[in-house]
Amino acid sequence: MAQPDGLLYSKEHEWLKIEGDVGTVGITDYAQNSLGDIVYVELPRVGQTIQQHGSIGVVESVKAVSDLYTPVGGEVVEVNPALEADPALVNRDAFGEGWLYKVKLADAGERDALLDPQAYDALVAEGAH
Amino acid sequence: MYSPHTDSDIEAMLAVIGSPSLEDLVRVPDAVALRGPLEVPPGLPEIELGAKIAGYAKRNAAVGYTSFLGAGAYRHYCPPVVMSLAMRGEFLTAYTPYQAEVSQGYLQAIYEWQTYVCLLTGLDIANASVYDGATALAEGAIMAVNATGRRAVLVSSAVHPNYRAVLRTYARGLDLDVEELPVDANGATDFSNLEARLADKRFAAVIVQSPNFFGCINTPGEAARAAVRSTGTVSIGVVAEAMSLGVLATPASWGAQIAVGEAQSFGNPLAYGGPYVGFIAATKDHMRRIPGRLVGRSLDNRGNEAFTLTLQAREQHIRREKATSNICTNQAHCALVATIYLAAVGETGLRRAAVLNLERTNALAERVCAIDGYSRAFSTPVFNEVVIRVPAALGAGRVLAELERRSILGGVALDRWYPDLGDCILMNATELTTPEDIDVLCAALRDIVSVATESPAVHV
Repeated sequence: MAQPDGLLYSKEHEWLKIEGDVGTVGITDYAQNSLGDIVYVELPRVGQTIQQHGSIGVVESVKAVSDLYTPVGGEVVEVNPALEADPALVNRDAFGEGWLYKVKLADAGERDALLDPQAYDALVAEGAH
Repeated sequence: MYSPHTDSDIEAMLAVIGSPSLEDLVRVPDAVALRGPLEVPPGLPEIELGAKIAGYAKRNAAVGYTSFLGAGAYRHYCPPVVMSLAMRGEFLTAYTPYQAEVSQGYLQAIYEWQTYVCLLTGLDIANASVYDGATALAEGAIMAVNATGRRAVLVSSAVHPNYRAVLRTYARGLDLDVEELPVDANGATDFSNLEARLADKRFAAVIVQSPNFFGCINTPGEAARAAVRSTGTVSIGVVAEAMSLGVLATPASWGAQIAVGEAQSFGNPLAYGGPYVGFIAATKDHMRRIPGRLVGRSLDNRGNEAFTLTLQAREQHIRREKATSNICTNQAHCALVATIYLAAVGETGLRRAAVLNLERTNALAERVCAIDGYSRAFSTPVFNEVVIRVPAALGAGRVLAELERRSILGGVALDRWYPDLGDCILMNATELTTPEDIDVLCAALRDIVSVATESPAVHV
């Protein structure tokens, strides 16, 4: 399964789209598919400072509660307001309408630790999770 | 089924830590170790045992006393139907159902309990109960900490001292700061400085009790509520005497987003400190943070109404170290008793019982304060407890001791928690407090004063 281009990926199945110094974060289609029907997303707070690879929230599905990890560090500048009323947006459009939060990047170099679409595709193909 | 460690498990673990045997690992000093068999007398026939235990029970001094003790533990009337239903074999377990969905009856009872708690608190959701009011308060504070990401809570000094002690125990483990709001000269929480204290948004929650520990009906006013709202602080309302909810405004109506408290008063008898039953209710936006179990009403695969445990995904057995609470159970049987009590007395019955509490307490306060030397410490209206100031020459301790000699448990001396209230006794009246009880108390209090004035303390 090909992963969308133009995004970076973490081993914890988050995606990151960088525009200027702000990154938009979501979970991948593979992740939403593994979790099943998502019933709740606990997001970080706007203004909260987050560290790369930190655990800052949870995604709760009918099957499990999974931690939400941060692909990059920085300050949270926006969270997706639509998820409170409709968390299943993450299932329907993980790479689009189901985005989770936006972060003002603290360190441009942190993105180097992330995977490109091909590398993430390989990770998923291995069935790393 | 409980599976203990096998011998090979134990050997493997001992090998890892390098200890030759369990006895070697846990060495009990000879002075305190029991090396032989436990020395207990042989078993008795059932009839003899009954007689022996009845003999012990007769030595129980509290029988035959007239009691004005309250302070978080209350005597109330319980209609016989409550226990005859609650003691049915189908219900008789202290424990939450663990093969939950086969216990539809119990789940329905818990669902009804949650519904009652929502009705009484005015809030959207309630859980299946927790151990007691103090635990409920600590868990409510943790909800607020998780909701706000702040690491301190502000609690009124008029919240039950034991509840505050439990809160501090929880806070120590979680490394939270607990600060207090002072009490004013009327026995009410002093909110005058609240806005300034909340300004730096350091506090996750403001915790207020009403009726407070002094019995005072004391809710935050509009200014205090505005300060809480505008700083994003969570307002926690504590109700240590659930009977008050039969006649007083709901915690939601005075701004509480989380209401916690103790429901022992609903049908659960007093029994040497427990068991008790705590409740937690909250607004819908706190739904995912409420600890413990919640029962939901749903439909089964044939379209029939069915009850189910819901939101379990955040409990400890699933979330492990990421769980936000250590509670994986509920106080099932006590909550059941409370539920049946509420169903039995109904809305009208609960209101009448609560009004009786109010009337008897006002009668108690009036009668006691008519005696020379006794007065109310605070002017704030009370529910079923009142702080009485006794003659300073006697002090609370001496008055209580003299009452006890006359087979009266006169209340609780407040100086152990509030050094400034050394001459003060917290007295309780409920619907079980009769006018005759108050007569007996007043006669004794008069007697104590007159004896004291006739024979002043001799100074050598």
